[in-house]
Amino acid sequence: MRYKNVNQNINISKDEKEDRNKSLQLKEKAYDYWLAAAGISDRKKTLLRAYMKSAREVYYIEETHLHQFRFLNEKDCNTMIQAKKTWDLQGEYEKMQEQGIRFVTCFESEYPKKLMDIQDKPYALYVKGRLPDEEFLSVAVVGARRCSHYGEKYAYEFGEVLSEYGIQIVSGLAFGIDGISQRGALTGGGKTFAVLGNGVDICYPRDHAGLYQDILEQGGGILSELPPGVKPLPYHFPRRNRIISGLSDLVIVIEAREKSGSLITADMALEQGKDVYALPGPADSMLSQGCHQLIRQGAGILTSPEMLLEELGISGNILREKNREVKKVLESTEKLVYSSVVLSPRSAGEIMEATGLMPRKVLETLSSLEIKGYIKEVSKNYYVRI
Amino acid sequence: MSFSTVLSASVFGLKVEFVNVEADVSNGLPAFHMVGYLSSEVKEAAERVRTAIRNSGLDFPAKKTVINLAPATMKKRGAAFDLPIAVAILVSLGKLSEHQVNSTLIVGELSLDGKVRKVPGILPIVSEAKNAGVCSCIVPRANAPEGALVEGLEVIGVGSLEEAYGHLSKKISIAPEPYPEKEPEDEQEQWDYADVCGQAAVKRAAEVAVAGGHNLLLMGPPGSGKSMTSKRIPSIFPPMTLEESMELTKVYSILGILDDKSPLIRRRPFRSVHHTATKTALVGGGMVPVPGEISLAHQGVLFLDELPEFQKNVLEVLRQPLEDHQVRITRNQGNYLFPANFMLVAAMNPCPCGCYPDMNRCTCTPGQIQHYLGKLSQPFLDRMDICVEAPRVQYEALQKGHKEESSASIRERVCRAREIQNMRYKGTKILTNAMLGTRELEMYCTLGGQEEKLMRQAFARLGLTARTYHKILKVARTIADLDGEEHILERHLKEAVGYRSLDKKYWGR
Repeated sequence: MRYKNVNQNINISKDEKEDRNKSLQLKEKAYDYWLAAAGISDRKKTLLRAYMKSAREVYYIEETHLHQFRFLNEKDCNTMIQAKKTWDLQGEYEKMQEQGIRFVTCFESEYPKKLMDIQDKPYALYVKGRLPDEEFLSVAVVGARRCSHYGEKYAYEFGEVLSEYGIQIVSGLAFGIDGISQRGALTGGGKTFAVLGNGVDICYPRDHAGLYQDILEQGGGILSELPPGVKPLPYHFPRRNRIISGLSDLVIVIEAREKSGSLITADMALEQGKDVYALPGPADSMLSQGCHQLIRQGAGILTSPEMLLEELGISGNILREKNREVKKVLESTEKLVYSSVVLSPRSAGEIMEATGLMPRKVLETLSSLEIKGYIKEVSKNYYVRI
Repeated sequence: MSFSTVLSASVFGLKVEFVNVEADVSNGLPAFHMVGYLSSEVKEAAERVRTAIRNSGLDFPAKKTVINLAPATMKKRGAAFDLPIAVAILVSLGKLSEHQVNSTLIVGELSLDGKVRKVPGILPIVSEAKNAGVCSCIVPRANAPEGALVEGLEVIGVGSLEEAYGHLSKKISIAPEPYPEKEPEDEQEQWDYADVCGQAAVKRAAEVAVAGGHNLLLMGPPGSGKSMTSKRIPSIFPPMTLEESMELTKVYSILGILDDKSPLIRRRPFRSVHHTATKTALVGGGMVPVPGEISLAHQGVLFLDELPEFQKNVLEVLRQPLEDHQVRITRNQGNYLFPANFMLVAAMNPCPCGCYPDMNRCTCTPGQIQHYLGKLSQPFLDRMDICVEAPRVQYEALQKGHKEESSASIRERVCRAREIQNMRYKGTKILTNAMLGTRELEMYCTLGGQEEKLMRQAFARLGLTARTYHKILKVARTIADLDGEEHILERHLKEAVGYRSLDKKYWGR
């Protein structure tokens, strides 16, 4: 084999030797990248790699020899041959590095231990930023994309409070609960990790570009099992959910409809032997049916992040007294109106019905509560408690 | 007498131009020539006039006839010159003497049998004739009540050329048209707020909007009665003055859509425009510009239902008339100015399906909601001072026995608030609070210490912009006027805060 020749036959100075070693190492990674991006299944990649000891060896398997591997069918062989022909080893690898993307295969020590044990583990993880720290607890906070203000409030609160206690939040960067919990985690000052259903160089959904940047700036990471440049296709997302649950120590489902992707994450977590918690919602809310189903099946029930902290034994007594003693500073009309504003949006008209006050009085009081920071207008004349 | 001249007129937009119709009948090869920068419908008058004179039992000798419409530099359009041309020929033929047509303005279209048909634009023409010192106007009989709205000169309605000839030659006498009587049902409002159950918040918002001349945006799910409540907004406006009525009637007159019997429009208009409307339909236009919906809604309400469904560029053209209260259309023949002092009332759903923020029923994705709202530009939204939610009507509200407040009593409060504003803005160009500019706000909307503190809090907490802040001040001024308070108090500001339109970036998030 050629590389051995290079190594043995030439006498070189120490400096140069180190340099060569470095480039050699780089080269090794480039072969790894080629294999990771090849179009055969992760299981077959792992088998090939394990058998041949290194990706470089896999690369140099003779075309005719490929057929000797019984787990490779005709199609796989063709894919491998094609991958070899069209791939520019050095160029592609450098291109990835220029984008600030690393990757770790499951043969490297850096590969998250938690993922080693899961079924159907990804062959490689592409990373922008960092991987979750194994020393610290990781919690997945997941839920519906089209969520309610109730879910929004709790997703944010869970993200914020847990990250204040140094817990890493893992989620999917999606609209709704995922993005909001990660935004909360950033506010809490902690690290958060987003597992994507597309290449890590693409920010999907695009509107979350700000969140994507902030996650990286605050020492978190963007991860994916898909090579850079892979588009967000619908069937990628259910699969990435196994990585979200795999990287976490437990999973919290904030809001989920009866048939929801978040329930897939919860199922994966159970398969992987992890605890699943769910936030209960109003009994008639479509958005909480999935959570209620989980609770019926035996998932843990959570109504505040402090509850989880207590369960985990993390100094749960530091309760944050955020808007707890509301009632004292409000005048009587304000109290009356405040009592009819709930977590799900209610319109000024409904509040008028409930309180029996004049329309202008209701509007005045709502504005004054809003200015004082007790309630929030979520849509025109629809209010929720904060 | 071979040469004669008769006074006539024509409308250009709302402007009236007098036209001298000159006729000369002389010996020569029999011919009929018409000159004077004429459009084809005016040129065709030759055939109509000749045949009509003959069919009216009058003689039309085979002579050389030349007609000139002066001034020759102005393009003449329309069929209203038929009757004056016929009369001018009769004078030239010696059937009428010149002093009989002196100081008389004549307009009307002729049919071949000598009948006189109605023409548009009579009211502006007669009113301008009065200003010019004309003593008598001869107009088509169908238009006579409309002309009679102008007092101070006699308006003669004629049904045929024969009648016109008989009247001018004093062979018969036609009495001047009397001032048209009011129709009894004019007094009563067709649409009254007493018939609307519930919707108290929307009614209140409409009251504030009308009192201060603010534009109103209603948001609510389908079937929440947005159009029903909007339709009744004209009923709480102060009654129209005669001057306002005349101004509005003139607009309708040039489109020829006035009622024949009782032409004066005494009720404020409510114009509901479908979202497929074009720019021209809305602001007016055409090769010969005619007024559009915004001018037809002058002194009243222009209602745009399903606001985001309108084409974006159609809405953008509303911005200038909303500021200037008139619309200027420029063509190469000149400028056409139409009045457009209207109140804009718009209605929309909060999202494409209409259920947002009820996430149990709303089926829209954030992207869809953004797209839906993205159809409205921020500058356009900035012109809507008051934004209010129109909730779905609850069953209890429909069942409640108690009587709803009638439009008349709301109108009383509105009138009082308008009077206060008239007093305050006497001697300035401002009519209502909505017209206050930044500098005037400092003069008329000063806040006390307590109020200032509240606004500072609100500014920080609600993320207000300078523009929304100004809108809140204006609306608060109106609410204070409705209360009869000289100074803006905290409660006025708080109510106004509830009416602010949300910044677009916060919607659907």
